[in-house]
Order: sequence, then C-alpha cells, then structure tokens
Amino acid sequence: MSNLISEVSAYAIPVLIFIILGYAWLKGVNVYEAFVEGAGEGVTTILRVFPYLVAMFMAIGIFRSSGAMEIFIMLLTPMAETVGIPAELIPLALIRPLSGMASAGILSELFKVSGPDSLIGRTASTVVGSTETVFYTLSLYFGSIGISKVRHTLWAALFADSVGFVASIAICRMIFGD
Amino acid sequence: MVNIVWALLIFVGLLTAAALGNMENVTQIILDSAIDAAELCLKLSGIYALWLGLMRVAQKSALVDFLANKMTILMKPLFPDIPLKHPAMGSMAMNIMANVLGIGNAAAPFGLKAMSELQNLNTQKDRATNAMCMFLVINTASVQLIPTTVIAIRSAAGSIAPAEIIGSTLLATILSFTVAIAVVKKLERYF
Repeated sequence: MSNLISEVSAYAIPVLIFIILGYAWLKGVNVYEAFVEGAGEGVTTILRVFPYLVAMFMAIGIFRSSGAMEIFIMLLTPMAETVGIPAELIPLALIRPLSGMASAGILSELFKVSGPDSLIGRTASTVVGSTETVFYTLSLYFGSIGISKVRHTLWAALFADSVGFVASIAICRMIFGD
Repeated sequence: MVNIVWALLIFVGLLTAAALGNMENVTQIILDSAIDAAELCLKLSGIYALWLGLMRVAQKSALVDFLANKMTILMKPLFPDIPLKHPAMGSMAMNIMANVLGIGNAAAPFGLKAMSELQNLNTQKDRATNAMCMFLVINTASVQLIPTTVIAIRSAAGSIAPAEIIGSTLLATILSFTVAIAVVKKLERYF
C-alpha cells in the first residue's frame, strides 16, 4: 500500500505536466511562450507575499523562543486531559495554526518518542493531515490583495480546524485503538 | 483581527522573554526569522513560477475552464456571487484540486491568483467578500485525499505503514470541511 502510494506520488507531478502540456499542444497552443508568460507572475506574486511572511515569521519566532509557548502548553495540558485530549498532542494543536514547518518538526519529535505506528503517532499524523496553518494562510491570502477586514474568516477557520483536531482523535481511537 | 493576534504574539512573547531572562535567544530568533522569510521567498518564487507557468498553459488550452466546468456542482453553491465564466472560478478550481491531491506547493500560487481575481469583483477593497471568506476557509479546511507531507514524515521516521492514515485523515477532513462550509454560510450574515 505505502509502496503504491509513494509510486503514485513520484508520478503525480510529471504526469500532470505531461497532461497539461500534451493537451495544450494538441490544441495548438504555443506551450513554451504560454509557460514563460505565466511563470513571470511567480516573482510578482512572491513580492506581494514577502512582507507578510516576514511579519508572521517574526511574531511566531518571538512567541516560541521566548518561552511563552511552553507556558501556554503547561497551562492547557491539564484542561485538555480532563476532556480526553492526549497531552502529547497539545503542542501540536497550538503550533499547527501558526506554522507548517514547526508542526512538521513537532510531529517528527513525537515519532521519535512514541513511534509513528503507535496510536498517538497515528493520531498526531491524522491531526496534521486534517488541520491547516490558519494564521499563515489567512495573512498571506488576504495580505496579498490588501484586505484588512477579514470578517468571520478567522473564527470560522479556527473552528473548522478544531473540529478536524477533535475528529482526528475520535476517529483514530475508533479505527486504531484497541 | 490578524492585527490583534499578531501584536499579542509579539507583546506576550517579549514580556515573557524579559521575565524569564531569555532576551538574547529572542534577539537572535528575530533576526533569523527575517532571513528565513527571505530565503523561503526565494525558493518559493521558483515553485510559484513553475506552477503559474503550467497554469497559464492550461488556461490557454481551456483545460482550466474544462475543470472548472466539471466542478460547477460544487463551486456554484459555494460561490453564488461569482459568475460561472469568471477567471476566479478556474483558479479556485485548480487550487481546490491541488489541495485535495496534496500538492501543497501548487495550491498556494493558484490560491493567491484566485484571490487577486476575486478582488477584481470586490467593491470595498479592504473588506473581504463572502466568496473570499468561503474560499479561504475551504482552503484551510480542505478535504485531503493524499496527505503527502505527513506520509513523507512518517516514512522518514521509519513507519511500517506510512500511508495508513489516509483513511482516518479523509474522514476527519470530510467532517471539518462540511462544518467549515456550514459555519461560514451561517456567520456571513453577522459580520
């Protein structure tokens, strides 16, 4: 199964490129010129996003390295445990909305301690797969077009993310628990 | 709102660092994070150029329209204010596909392109439209068919079955996706 998946992943992008270019070629599109024209937008898109990335990286960096993050985790852990959320998952739950790279790091750490195939390892994997870097995505997407009034987006996104988090724990307990 | 969260992260962080005597470390991180952001942008600009180039090819061959058309059943109820033939529909369709298939680095350039096309329809340029809010939330609560990043991390950690979490992730994301849509639709009247 996992072999098949990694095989499929290895082919996904090349096949996609082949289909996009092949289809356009058959339709008589000048594929080279079209590609170059579109690729030119890459840098302008990044330039619009750049200041928001600096702002986000700085804020998250300060929050994590100051020790504030750990204090939050310490405060939240007993509360989470009383409602049945495993303590190991609390750091993940807090970091996940802020940074994709940091949560990937936390996931790897967790695997080292508990193993990727343990119940907690599988649950953590499902949590990371079913939640998203809400703050990061929000600031990037809205920032890039100059939207400052985000209305209900942050609340709705965070709520959906917590549903993903809780659902992951419940689903994994049902599927993988003994 | 982002304004408040951002400032709070910094204020709380700096005060904690002062209380714990952690300032030296924090200073280093502040400078490092700015450089990290620049390095990431440099790398991402290559990835964005690649996907936006392919997207333009797919637009010119009408493959994007074809895909958007196939997804009309999903897109029309989600984005009732956006005309079906509008370019934003194509970009959003590509972004949703990339998200579902786990091609995360393609989802962002398509998504940012969709956002700027949605902005063309916006009459109040600093305020998010209903379509933008919906698009953003389904981006953060996307259904995941193949959670590629997680599978890769599991593989690297020596898992005997890295792909085992596909089923549980699919179930959890279908649930969060459904809730997300319901919540956005419900809340858009009040904000």
